[in-house]
Amino acid sequence: MEIPRHWRIRQQRYALVGEVCPHCNAKLFPPRDICPQCGEDARTPYQFSGKGEIYSYTTIYEPPAGFEEYTPYTVALVKLEEGPVVTAQLTDLGEQPLEIGMPVEMVTRKIRSDSDERGMIIYGYKFRPVLSRQ
Amino acid sequence: MTTLDKRQSENLLLKPLRQVGISGYGAYVPQYRLPASEVARVWMGGKAALPIKEKSVPGLDEDVATMSIEASRNALARAGIHPQQLRAIWVGSESHPYAVKPTSTIVAETLGATPNIQAGDWEFACKAGTEAIVAAIGFVGSGMADYALAIGMDTAQGRPGDALEYTAGAGGAAFIIGPAEDSLAVIEHSYSFVTDTPDFFRRQYQKYPEHAQRFTGDPAYFKHIINAAQTLLNASHTTPKDYRYAVFHQPNLKFPQKVAAQLGFTKEQIGPGLLVGNIGNTYAGSAIIGLTAILDIAEEGDRILVVSFGSGAGSDAFSLVVTDKINKRRDLARPTRDYINRRIPIDYATYVRLRGKLVMK
Repeated sequence: MEIPRHWRIRQQRYALVGEVCPHCNAKLFPPRDICPQCGEDARTPYQFSGKGEIYSYTTIYEPPAGFEEYTPYTVALVKLEEGPVVTAQLTDLGEQPLEIGMPVEMVTRKIRSDSDERGMIIYGYKFRPVLSRQ
Repeated sequence: MTTLDKRQSENLLLKPLRQVGISGYGAYVPQYRLPASEVARVWMGGKAALPIKEKSVPGLDEDVATMSIEASRNALARAGIHPQQLRAIWVGSESHPYAVKPTSTIVAETLGATPNIQAGDWEFACKAGTEAIVAAIGFVGSGMADYALAIGMDTAQGRPGDALEYTAGAGGAAFIIGPAEDSLAVIEHSYSFVTDTPDFFRRQYQKYPEHAQRFTGDPAYFKHIINAAQTLLNASHTTPKDYRYAVFHQPNLKFPQKVAAQLGFTKEQIGPGLLVGNIGNTYAGSAIIGLTAILDIAEEGDRILVVSFGSGAGSDAFSLVVTDKINKRRDLARPTRDYINRRIPIDYATYVRLRGKLVMK
């Protein structure tokens, strides 16, 4: 069980909350308190829009422990519209073919259970192809 | 029904100190669909009368918390308020992910609405969502809060082969209740009718609910909905003709159409909110996701009747009048039909996997 570890980062993981640098306006994800662009203090919380595009992706058939029930699943590098690139699962893919550059949007989903079915449920961001408006 | 004189019957309407309404609304339906014909194929040799066309099924990574989050994000987008303005988040469901630990805190934290907030989970079978709405009307209507978020959402359980397996769907809706002057639909009246009627229940540690077959009809669904609706109509001096739309709890296609006819509502009035044929019975979300589909097309001045039903048993009835704010807010989030039209049909084997019915260890 790793409850404190999951709890500590819940806001960034549930809702893609990072930081914005008050000195150079760079958007940081994950939050790291020091701006990698200008080296100054950067602790202002920033809510990312959740919009981005697929930078690269791969499908997992041999999962690490804890993810067995979800296989096969696809993991992507997603370039957020604010700049940072995050690693995340893609979800709700269905049959549609994936392409690099495809627009995606953040959703909050179940990631896995901590240890087994008795453990806490870990929720976090995933991305899905942007739903079309009909 | 106990006979009351006119004055007493008017007093039955729940009246807040200040008028309130719906400031924002949002729906969510997962993308998978299990055709009812698949259940009939596996359990009835393909020979069964199908109560609906197909039902929605949640993905492996979806539950009432994640679905509530998406519906709430849609509601917040339409209301145009900051999450910190919410003073309550209440989630009504009979499929909360935890037996002990609130769903509502997960939703609140994700929306950025913590920590100055009430949060709690409601349970009253299929009317847990409207029970939360009534509480939100009281909370905002008393002046204790300006905005409260009430959600009805379910990933309903049905025993394999049981009659309910055809219809037990997944989905629901979220409503931000706020002051009438900031509402896209003003809540004119509400009334609730409750008795102890054991038509459907699930005991502690049981995976699937039990239901009392035909007993779920007349003494449960019809009695409670008709009493709630008729009392509200009488006490508010309205008749079905005064309403542009109506939506009733929809466990299958037959019941809501029959109860609507008994009360004097037409097919045209209930058509836009009757979604069960394409998404199944979303339990705590069933009547109110129908309301979201109505709000998606409603016009200023339209009056809407909503009547839920929860086994156990009770009904909450509301009458609403749409305001001019609907036009600007409607398009700020995805309409309900987008979620309904987003569909991936699955077979029974995939359904069994998605719903965790396979023994893995």
